[in-house]
Amino acid sequence: MNETQQTMSLNHLLKAQRGGRSRFEDLVVVPIFAVIVALILGALIMLATNVEPARIAQSYVALLEGSVGSLNAVSETLTAAAPLVLAGLGLALGFRAGLFNIGAEGQILMGGMAAVVVGFSFSSLSPMALLPLSLLAGALAGALYASIAGALRAATGAHEVITTIMLNLISYRLLDYMLRLPSVQKEGRADPISKSVPEAAELPRLLSAIDPNLRVHAGVFLVLLAVVVVYWILFRSKIGFEFRASGENAEAARFAGIRSGIVIVAAMATAGALAGLAGANQVLGVLGRATPGFSAGIGFDAIAVALLGRSHPVGVLLAGLLFGALEAGGRQMQVDAGVSIDLIGIIQALIIVFIAAPLLVRAIFPWGFRKTTGREG
Amino acid sequence: MQVELRGITKRFGEIVANDSIDLTIREGEVLGLLGENGAGKSTLMNVLCGLYSPDAGEILINGEPTVFRGPADAIQAGIGMVHQHFMLVPVFSVTENVVLGVEPTGLLDHLDLEKGRREVREINEAYGLHVDPDGLIETLPVGVQQRVEIIKVLFRSADVLILDEPTAVLTPQEVEEFFQIIDYLRDAGKALVFITHKLNEILEISDRISVLRRGKIVGEGDPAELTRPKLAEMMVGRPVTFDVAKAPVDPGPVLLDVQDLTVLRDNDEIAVDQVSLNVRSGEIVGIAGVQGNGQSALIETLTGLRRAAHGTVRFDGHDITRVSVRKRHTMGIAHIPEDRQRAGLIGKFSVAENMVLNNYYSSRFSSGPQVNWSTVHKSTARAVQDFDVRTPSVFEPVAHLSGGNQQKLVVARELSREARLIIAGQPTRGLDVGSIEYIHERLIESREQGCGVLLISSELDEIMALADRILVMFKGHVVAEYDTAEGPVNKSSIGLAMAGAAL
Ligand SMILES: Nc1ncnc2c1ncn2[C@@H]1O[C@H](COP(=O)(O)OP(=O)(O)OP(=O)(O)O)[C@@H](O)[C@H]1O
Ligand SMILES: [Mg+2]
Repeated sequence: MNETQQTMSLNHLLKAQRGGRSRFEDLVVVPIFAVIVALILGALIMLATNVEPARIAQSYVALLEGSVGSLNAVSETLTAAAPLVLAGLGLALGFRAGLFNIGAEGQILMGGMAAVVVGFSFSSLSPMALLPLSLLAGALAGALYASIAGALRAATGAHEVITTIMLNLISYRLLDYMLRLPSVQKEGRADPISKSVPEAAELPRLLSAIDPNLRVHAGVFLVLLAVVVVYWILFRSKIGFEFRASGENAEAARFAGIRSGIVIVAAMATAGALAGLAGANQVLGVLGRATPGFSAGIGFDAIAVALLGRSHPVGVLLAGLLFGALEAGGRQMQVDAGVSIDLIGIIQALIIVFIAAPLLVRAIFPWGFRKTTGREG
Repeated sequence: MQVELRGITKRFGEIVANDSIDLTIREGEVLGLLGENGAGKSTLMNVLCGLYSPDAGEILINGEPTVFRGPADAIQAGIGMVHQHFMLVPVFSVTENVVLGVEPTGLLDHLDLEKGRREVREINEAYGLHVDPDGLIETLPVGVQQRVEIIKVLFRSADVLILDEPTAVLTPQEVEEFFQIIDYLRDAGKALVFITHKLNEILEISDRISVLRRGKIVGEGDPAELTRPKLAEMMVGRPVTFDVAKAPVDPGPVLLDVQDLTVLRDNDEIAVDQVSLNVRSGEIVGIAGVQGNGQSALIETLTGLRRAAHGTVRFDGHDITRVSVRKRHTMGIAHIPEDRQRAGLIGKFSVAENMVLNNYYSSRFSSGPQVNWSTVHKSTARAVQDFDVRTPSVFEPVAHLSGGNQQKLVVARELSREARLIIAGQPTRGLDVGSIEYIHERLIESREQGCGVLLISSELDEIMALADRILVMFKGHVVAEYDTAEGPVNKSSIGLAMAGAAL
């Protein structure tokens, strides 16, 4: 081989192949079809429960309007999407590392609680200091809470699915207990509710100049930053390489000298930090204080978001936006067409079912896909 | 039954894995399929057994054009494949594995295992397989597991059996038995396709030989008229030297010093029993032995993957008995794991990612917390060229590479690092003769540069060709030692020691 040939084929080796069609199908085509099928099935369910076709049409129009039809709708969609994306990113990172973390719910509660406490305890600080401090407290609390499950798994092999579910249950009661502590409870209230955070700790609303009712807040920047950071961690950093290696083939990772214990605890802590941020985002951006169960199931919806996003940061962002839109639109649907918000829950669940069963989607829409040529193993 | 492949073409992206291939498979005949790593053998056979659909060409069964929509269709047509990587459920019994998917059922869909067991026994007897229908897969040696795979195919009444590199994982003894089974099957009128990289095997067992190169059939012949060198040349396109030239090297100081090492298996059985050995710089020490006599546990302990129950391991004067895997890597110990699929590679990762699987953290490939992927890609591209790993790009998932090219990638990774001791477990398993020659040259080159090499191989020929000293392991002990500097070593005496005669 002469010199030029040598360098030519070197360049060739460094050129990515255009054959990424099946990846594209998996990441984009399947989710789109899944959403379509879910909407169709949703309509069928409405039909079966005696909703007239006109109202079905009306409700889907409302769904669209309520999610992207107006500035307010977009604002609501973004507000609902923010915590889903944050927590979903954490879960996605865990999935990549082979950890099935069910505990985002508890981590959100702990993170939110910590953010509130720091917020009202240091209310004299300036916004430049207090907001970052509160967010940090949220991330830290979430990270610590998730590390418990990580440490148990690393030290004793206790499965994280079980331990995080238990930690969720503990977190609900722990929150109730803390909300009644004299130092936390709002003065003059008998029900469990925390003091409000001062304005200096709040995530500022972005569009209040246009309309004070537009709720979208600075948390969306946090979300974008988190997407970039998680992308960097997973695909650019050393620790992310370790996460992915352990998740794909634990034995090969062990042979490569990667210590599974460290990876497990670090991945759980990072996931917990993101969930904690999601909690902080809720209390500092939307609620202004902590109430019992303020996580409102976000930690569970985030599992769906992470799965739907194929555990890829950009995918999680898109999936989070979709779920945010479904939620915001669902509320409109209920108002305009009188269709129960539960239907939105059903549609969300159906989307997940179809995403999780790509073969089913391929079977329903054979013309949407190339013929498969998989290789065993 | 006669199967004819006509003009079969199969592409993966830009790669033409099979390029209008014609091939005929006849009953009562063993067709030997030979070819370099990545030549397209497995792909062709996957087309034949319905896993891949060809981009062009057709399959004729007894003259009838037939289209397979999946493996089930191929099985229906009587074509079954034993894959290189077994597909058995480890916690199931032999019978349970055999009937899996086609379970005989009785009243009310009740699983009739007794019927399955009976049939397994019948197949056993018909083809001299000697497999206990109730044996638990995970407790069976590899050779027996392979026979279970064969029974699986026969149970589905296949007339055409495709065997993809069946002998790669077998001991010489098991290969003998395996050939007997092939003879039975041939006499029973089955049509067989046998893929291997071992030229003497293909010459011994086949009735016809076809050679593939770069997706095309480049030669066909009668084993009686062919020789090893001729076959090798057909395959690789150039003459291959089977003898490695090895200049005498004066060994330097002791690099690896193992004293009284005892290692337990997971179930607390003794795997390595008070073994002492050393490897000096500039020396290749070969460990011969039938698989399962403690070699694997020994390597795992030397590389830090398994704890020593007793004894010490010293590297370059330092006690490393309790040192981590990572630390041993950075001290200069390279390790080619025996089982590339399980331990050496991550199938979904790209070629580049696998190339740095255990040194992504080194200052060559990273700065601060970040991996420098562009450096990794460039250095991978170079290594891929040096070691002739056939891949379209460094971004290709490793699972898409052919078996032998995966192996070459692992070897390339370990031989490219700055190592002073190379622990090589079955480094040439599944490689074609050309690649074996190259890997051997590289190992000898490392030795000449002052590396120590500990070579564990079930290929006695490989050990005899490369090693300066040969140790034989039997039941966890080193039972014999030979020094090639003291004159030629007698192969049969090593064979006897491997069987435990030296005790
Ligand atoms: N699923 C796939 N996707 C992309 N490329 C593939 C795929 N399967 C095989 N190839 C490519 O096709 C070529 C032939 O591969 P194949 O596995 O048939 O080789 P082989 O002759 O069996 O080699 P070996 O002796 O190493 O097992 C290789 O270049 C391989 O990289
Ligand atoms: Mg192959």
